[in-house]
Amino acid sequence: MKKYMKYIAPYWLYFILAPLCMFVEVACDVQIPYYAGQIINLGVENGDSAQIMKLTAIMLVYILLAISSGVGAAYFATKASVNFACDVREDVFKKIQGFSFVNIDKFSTGSLITRLTNDITQIQQLVVMCLRMLIRSPGMLIGSIIMAYTINSQIALVFVVLVPILSIIIYVVVRLSYQKFVFLQQKIDELNSRVREVLVNIRVIKAFTREEHEEEKFKNVNSTLRDTSLTAYRITLLQTPLLTIAVNIATIVVLWLGSVALEADQILIGDISALITYLTQVLASVGMLAMIFMQSSKSIVSSKRISEVLDLDVELADGNNNKTVNTGNIRFDNVSFKYTHSNNEMVLNNISVDIKSGETIGIIGSTGCGKTSFAHLIPRLYDTNIGDVYVDGVNVKDYTLHNLREGVAVVLQNNILFSGTIKDNLMWGDANANMETIEQMAQWSASYEFISHFKDGYDTTVEQGAVNLSGGQKQRLCIARALLKKPKIIILDDSTSAVDTATERKINGHLYNDLKDTTKIIIAQRITSIINASKIIVMDKGEIEAIGTHEELLENCLTYQEIYNSQMGGLS
Amino acid sequence: MENQSENRDPGGKRPPNNSSGPGGMPMGGGPPGRMPMEKVKLKNSKETILRLWGYLGKRNFMLIAALILVFISSAFTILASYMIRPIINGLTEYAGTSTLITNLLIMLGIYLVAVISSYLQTRLMLEVAQNALEKIRYDLFDKMQKLPLKFFDSKHNGDLMSRFTNDIDAMSQMLSTTLAQLISGVTTLVATIAIMIYTNWFLTIIMLTISPLFNMFTRAVSKRSMNYYKGQQKAIGDLNGFIEERITGQKVIKVFNHEQQTIEQFNELNQNYREQSFKAQFISGTMGPIMGSLTQLSYTIVACIGGLLCVFRGFDIGGFTIFLNYSRSFSRPINDIFMQINTLFAALAGAERVFEVIDYPAEIADATDCVNVENIVGEVILKDVKFGYNPAIPVLKNISVTAKPSQKIAFVGSTGAGKTTITNLLNRFYDIQSGEILIDGVPITKYKKAFLRENIAMVLQDTHLFEGSIMENIRYGRLDAADSEVIAAAQTANAHEFIKKLEYGYDTILTNDGANLSQGQRQLLNIARAVISKAPILVLDEATSSVDTRTERHIELALDRLMQSRTTFIIAHRLSTVRNSDMIVVLERGEIIESGNHQQLLEQKGKYHSLYTGASKLD
Repeated sequence: MKKYMKYIAPYWLYFILAPLCMFVEVACDVQIPYYAGQIINLGVENGDSAQIMKLTAIMLVYILLAISSGVGAAYFATKASVNFACDVREDVFKKIQGFSFVNIDKFSTGSLITRLTNDITQIQQLVVMCLRMLIRSPGMLIGSIIMAYTINSQIALVFVVLVPILSIIIYVVVRLSYQKFVFLQQKIDELNSRVREVLVNIRVIKAFTREEHEEEKFKNVNSTLRDTSLTAYRITLLQTPLLTIAVNIATIVVLWLGSVALEADQILIGDISALITYLTQVLASVGMLAMIFMQSSKSIVSSKRISEVLDLDVELADGNNNKTVNTGNIRFDNVSFKYTHSNNEMVLNNISVDIKSGETIGIIGSTGCGKTSFAHLIPRLYDTNIGDVYVDGVNVKDYTLHNLREGVAVVLQNNILFSGTIKDNLMWGDANANMETIEQMAQWSASYEFISHFKDGYDTTVEQGAVNLSGGQKQRLCIARALLKKPKIIILDDSTSAVDTATERKINGHLYNDLKDTTKIIIAQRITSIINASKIIVMDKGEIEAIGTHEELLENCLTYQEIYNSQMGGLS
Repeated sequence: MENQSENRDPGGKRPPNNSSGPGGMPMGGGPPGRMPMEKVKLKNSKETILRLWGYLGKRNFMLIAALILVFISSAFTILASYMIRPIINGLTEYAGTSTLITNLLIMLGIYLVAVISSYLQTRLMLEVAQNALEKIRYDLFDKMQKLPLKFFDSKHNGDLMSRFTNDIDAMSQMLSTTLAQLISGVTTLVATIAIMIYTNWFLTIIMLTISPLFNMFTRAVSKRSMNYYKGQQKAIGDLNGFIEERITGQKVIKVFNHEQQTIEQFNELNQNYREQSFKAQFISGTMGPIMGSLTQLSYTIVACIGGLLCVFRGFDIGGFTIFLNYSRSFSRPINDIFMQINTLFAALAGAERVFEVIDYPAEIADATDCVNVENIVGEVILKDVKFGYNPAIPVLKNISVTAKPSQKIAFVGSTGAGKTTITNLLNRFYDIQSGEILIDGVPITKYKKAFLRENIAMVLQDTHLFEGSIMENIRYGRLDAADSEVIAAAQTANAHEFIKKLEYGYDTILTNDGANLSQGQRQLLNIARAVISKAPILVLDEATSSVDTRTERHIELALDRLMQSRTTFIIAHRLSTVRNSDMIVVLERGEIIESGNHQQLLEQKGKYHSLYTGASKLD
């Protein structure tokens, strides 16, 4: 909770005024039944209509005060909560922008989105609730008891006894049913996942004619759900009758004690009427309080999830060297790497390799062999565990992340374009690029043609998720975007898998001929993509199995031959 | 969970919540949910209600009993509060202790009747509701099993899922609380008005005039807040859309050093949302105090006029007191009724959607003149097959293919060429429009559907596994297979090795569609499942297209063993997989453009050749 003080501080005035207004509203509200009682006591009993009008006027003043302070409370509480949430959201978002890849991997994308959306909304609601309802409900409760006490201190004892009884009833019911409801939720989830599984697998079920088998399974889950619901709800059903009966008995006791006091002239008839009104207010407040606690327990979970993000230590720090990447030499020196510390096995093992500026390096190997991890270490998307990576002879850890990544462009395997126009997307690579450069890079990435076929050309809107582009088009735009960075090193991670071989050849031609000074690292599934590379690295189980040209590897690398045969078999 | 917290308090009698707007908005009115409900249109509510009634079955008398109990409990609650009148009057007239005690005891009695009947009612409704829901869920599930594949292909899974969750939840709420609250609301309202008229008609008229006035006022305010809510909704939509897109592309942002720009864009949207949401939430936040104060106002008006009536017209103090109480609670049943009518309509709409599925025609029944054969050898002939999912738009035209027992036939072509459609026809997921499909010389429509499908094993591209152990998943292919047979099948499928290496071996529990296994491993399990089924006909639909080439080799070895002695149809994107087929059929726009074996097709130098050499690419 302490860390949220930072977000409260700038709006402290709202955070104070809101409960203050609410306090005034409650103070006014609890007066009303008292004055209604006085109308009976002073007006009706004495036949004094002037007194009645006078008391009515006082009540109207209180109501006016209550409504204005109530609206005021709403105003300040909304101001406070909206601003609070806005600032928290901003900080969480900024924090995520600073995340390293390790951090991003740790939270899944979905969970980060939930934290930024639902969870923040939850705590925003919690703030409003704390500022308003959390003042109002106890206020009405205590206010009613105080008013009862000023009317008749002895009868007020009924209130003092009633409140704990009501609380105990609620507590016991919640306590007894809580576990059952957790269990019920599990059963609901179970049933839903059963249904979802069947929907997803319907082809298989029908192909194997397992409909009856599935129905049998469902029947079990379904009737368990019914039984669990019954046991859980049976307990909670007791709550309302118990609360009602407690208040009813209290009403009868108040009436009885009132009559006794009336005979002893300790109380007036209007007071009894007022006391009964206060009793109903007590029940209402206790019920509200119980609801608030249930609600806030949900929000507290959310607030924990948000602080998890805010408290996370970002693992990568800038180096203190001001250098920029100038030539594009790369050296791996005995590098070993794994994604999380808890993993036993290294993803990369003892990698040492020297790559000269301007070279084209192909990397090939089966899924999970470490190709992508290898490439990710160059722009320091991850840090090595053992050994170091050098770019232009400088340890990547010594660059600022900004400078390093300006020099190294990566086309990630999971290519993502953002909503906006094609041009907007390409200009991610260079915000100041002119049309000429953009078109040139479109040429080089073999995107020029299909872009010019679009009615709006470079101003064509990329829809969310880029659903209006084919896989191959997306890949080519991603390459163009990276080329626009004019990097010294470019990494293509399986970036042409959806592009046909002829087009791929075109792109490679530009890479080889027009980017002579740029170091190119091409990760590929197909041998055709890298056949002309200056060096090909064959990776297997996190290690470099062989390095060489296509011809060399065909001669002396078994894995390479195997891949070659499986892909090119019938052709040669 | 939403539904639960509502259910925890069945039977009405919620504490009057002075500070809450009509939809509970002041809780903060966050964007998700809690919007004023939209009007739902019902197609045939009468029929829907009758069907729901049918689901109560023998328990429908319980429902009637429950509804009578609601009536009793609400009427008695009002009656009990009326008892305050004679009691107070007795006090002012010094009627004596015995009258007081009698009156208090009567009051207690009435209270007890009200509470007990309310409790009994909720218990009854619980039984009624849960049993009916179980039945409805079962019927819905049962129907889903029997629906033709066409149904699933034309509907999103999410849509069907929501019928199972949201719609059934809405029905659950209606059965367990809405009905009771509606009746309780109406009873309370009528009983209150009756007692008020009986007590003092003049004050009643005043109450009946100001209450609707106040209601209109609050409605006007909440309408205004609706407009602001639309603005807020738009702003949150923009903001969340941006968040979703950028967080999904977070790694790209990092790679392009684009953090700063992203933060700036985010701030703009965030500030806009702050302004919009302030307006919406402030307006809805004022609903609480306004409604609360209006209640206080009507209380004060009653206090003033009632007091004057006592002075000038001899109105009794007891009657005055109960009027004061009613003036506080009078608006509650009205609000309740409005709210419950909304949920009632939502529930009926939900019921309609559920019944829509239940009423959907099931798969066509088997023909009456089905042949009875013991075994299928596996000769498959397609003769001039024509088919379209929409009969007007044929997907397959004039397809004729003959597969002799244990031959391998491959289909190659772009997405949409109709490859998968052929497999859908073989096992009669869909029926052809013209032409014939013969297995062992018998048209497939003459086989019992279950028999036909038992004899065709499928391995699909998406690996579909079920929650349960590996053993159970393989056994899915033949439920009576012994453990040893399962293991033998796994060995044939090349899966035994990796299964053995798992900590729990064959007892490893697969969750989440086998997320704890690699794509290749999942596929091997699918193959094992096909192996164990012993079906003489096998369909491999893109069985290896989502794994890399090296894993593919591993799987191919397994497939080779599986294909021995089975008539196999291979559908493939990647050409390396189909090379060894007895016949390769190249499809384009639903027609066969080339066929022959690998060598023949390469020599033709047609489409297949250009695909094979990579000159063109399938999409």
